[in-house]
Amino acid sequence: MKVLIYELKEAFLIALRAVRANKVRTILTTLGIVIGVASVVLMSTAIKGIDNSFEQGISSMGADVLYLDKWEWFSNTEWWKIRKRPNISMAEVEQFQQLSKLSAAVAPTLWSMETVKYQENSIENVFLCGTTAEYLETKNFTFENGRFFNEIESRGSRYVCVLGFEIAEGLFPRGNAVGKTVKISGLDFRVVGVLAKQGSFMLGSFNPDKRVFLPIGCIFKHYINSNVRSITIEIKAPNTGMVADVKEESIGIMRKIRGLKVGEDNNFSVNQQEGLQQNYNQTVGVIQIAGYLITGLSLFVGAIGIMNIMFVSVRERTKEIGIRKAIGAKRRTILSQFILESSMICLIGGFIGFIIAVLLSMLVNQWLPTSVQYDSVVVAIVISLLTGVFAGLAPAYQAAKLDPVEALRYE
Amino acid sequence: MNIINIEHIAKIYSVGNQEVQALRDVSLQINKNEYVAIMGPSGSGKSTLMNMLGCLDTPTHGKYEFKGQSVSEMSDNELAIIRNKEIGFVFQTFNLLARSDALHNVELPLIYAGITGHERKERARKALEEVGLGDRSHHKPNELSGGQRQRVAIARALVTRPAIILADEPTGNLDSKTGEEIMALFNEIHEMGNTVILVTHEEYIAQHAKRVIRIKDGLIESDEEIENRTLPKVKVNLT
Ligand SMILES: Nc1ncnc2c1ncn2[C@@H]1O[C@H](COP(=O)(O)OP(=O)(O)OP(=O)(O)O)[C@@H](O)[C@H]1O
Ligand SMILES: [Mg+2]
Repeated sequence: MKVLIYELKEAFLIALRAVRANKVRTILTTLGIVIGVASVVLMSTAIKGIDNSFEQGISSMGADVLYLDKWEWFSNTEWWKIRKRPNISMAEVEQFQQLSKLSAAVAPTLWSMETVKYQENSIENVFLCGTTAEYLETKNFTFENGRFFNEIESRGSRYVCVLGFEIAEGLFPRGNAVGKTVKISGLDFRVVGVLAKQGSFMLGSFNPDKRVFLPIGCIFKHYINSNVRSITIEIKAPNTGMVADVKEESIGIMRKIRGLKVGEDNNFSVNQQEGLQQNYNQTVGVIQIAGYLITGLSLFVGAIGIMNIMFVSVRERTKEIGIRKAIGAKRRTILSQFILESSMICLIGGFIGFIIAVLLSMLVNQWLPTSVQYDSVVVAIVISLLTGVFAGLAPAYQAAKLDPVEALRYE
Repeated sequence: MNIINIEHIAKIYSVGNQEVQALRDVSLQINKNEYVAIMGPSGSGKSTLMNMLGCLDTPTHGKYEFKGQSVSEMSDNELAIIRNKEIGFVFQTFNLLARSDALHNVELPLIYAGITGHERKERARKALEEVGLGDRSHHKPNELSGGQRQRVAIARALVTRPAIILADEPTGNLDSKTGEEIMALFNEIHEMGNTVILVTHEEYIAQHAKRVIRIKDGLIESDEEIENRTLPKVKVNLT
């Protein structure tokens, strides 16, 4: 045991010396490992970031909320067929609200892009969301200031609005938005509330921070004709266990409203977050596989390069190997010496790759809030070590089984 | 009891489709604390025999017993241990590690013997002092003269206190005065009770030994005691 430790220590020192003696060569041969480790670290970092913001976004959509819509989010149906479906109208929404028994809340939403102004501050292409007071119950909004518009204001289509956090920040840099009057494409609306920051979500327009909410009647009256755009009905189930039941009931109600006969296809869709999750997992899965392929390939190329340089190293040091064997070095001593050397080269490469990944992820951080995961340090070390052992095995074995007399004769 | 016992040993190299019989049929016994010189013309098989005795090489035919153990039945690992612990080999061409200093070269066998840091350094330093190179321990081989390199090689062979010292033309590359110093060293090693076997081309070097074996064409030509052996003119002190 003791002997083994000293042999290993000696092997380590020899390896260190060999690496130092060939600095440039070492750095050059590690390129594949550098790229491999950098890409694996970057990828896991990026995916973690995307995951985080997706998770945030999806939870803001709610696992217990159904979206009854003309459109289907992830559809196998041809687009032109869906296009021919009738728009969901306000009259249908009202009928639906009366018939729906299982749901906890039902809120229609309709959007429009408008410019919002307060004095000299103005924001273009703001996602205007027309809805009713019940909308608040389908969402878990918290407020920075004020409140959501109430039943009376929404039924009466009063000129009131609720600002998303970023919109309020943009229009009122000094705060105190509640009670002020903003101009939305020329019309005056009184601000009754400002949402607290809801967190970012990669699909920009889904982000409530960038929205303005107002009574749905105002949207019809001033911004879009109800025939042009279909309403989305958001239906909240009392709990996640009830989602399936509520979905079934909603489909039944809507078929009844539309007078669809048995055997006729639905001319509407009930969407839910789950579909989004599946779709997301698929997409990320593809990215992940592509990433692993790139990583695997560059590691493989890197390993071959290092294997090559190790063969050269063994040939260059044949005489040295002969001397060591003549003096009493065992096979395993020589074997470990060369495997250690290639592992060390790979570790250096892995270290450089990791540094590059950290620097790059700082760059990525500007678009995607994320940070390098600590466990990826371990991953980087393990990957470099494995590659090193893999690359060093054959050359080291060749060195270990050299015949001492032959090796000593080598010039 | 003899320490080395070889019977009807042959070593055949094949180069292309041609066979070279480096050793044909050699039998030889060497006892503990003998001082043997091996002589013979170039290409007669001296180095081949030395490599065999030093457990660096294995015979094609025949039997080799080292301290009563059959060498041909030993594993690679066991051979490495014997080379490390029992044999001190001094090569014709020194065979020092070019990138390591004298001290580290001498330390090397101790590393493979598993001897720890402080003791290892001490023993290596002492071995260097014994061969008169105490002040050269941090010189690399290319910063030493030929005679000094040979002495580093001898220190390396001595440092594990092996039972046998094998030296293949230890004075071949040296002038006669330096050669004389080296021979004084071997004499001292022998006096201390070790077995010394050396190969040489030179008759006057061979006369330092107590027994001389002459080889020709892979066969032993003669094997006799030396009556009036030369004693070294210089004196060295080993401890
Ligand atoms: N690896 C080898 N392959 C083929 N032939 C070899 C090999 N090693 C030695 N020989 C041959 O074996 C014979 C003996 O070689 P050896 O080195 O033992 O001679 P030597 O007596 O030591 O000579 P010198 O005094 O010149 O050192 C030579 O003819 C040589 O050509
Ligand atoms: Mg020779």
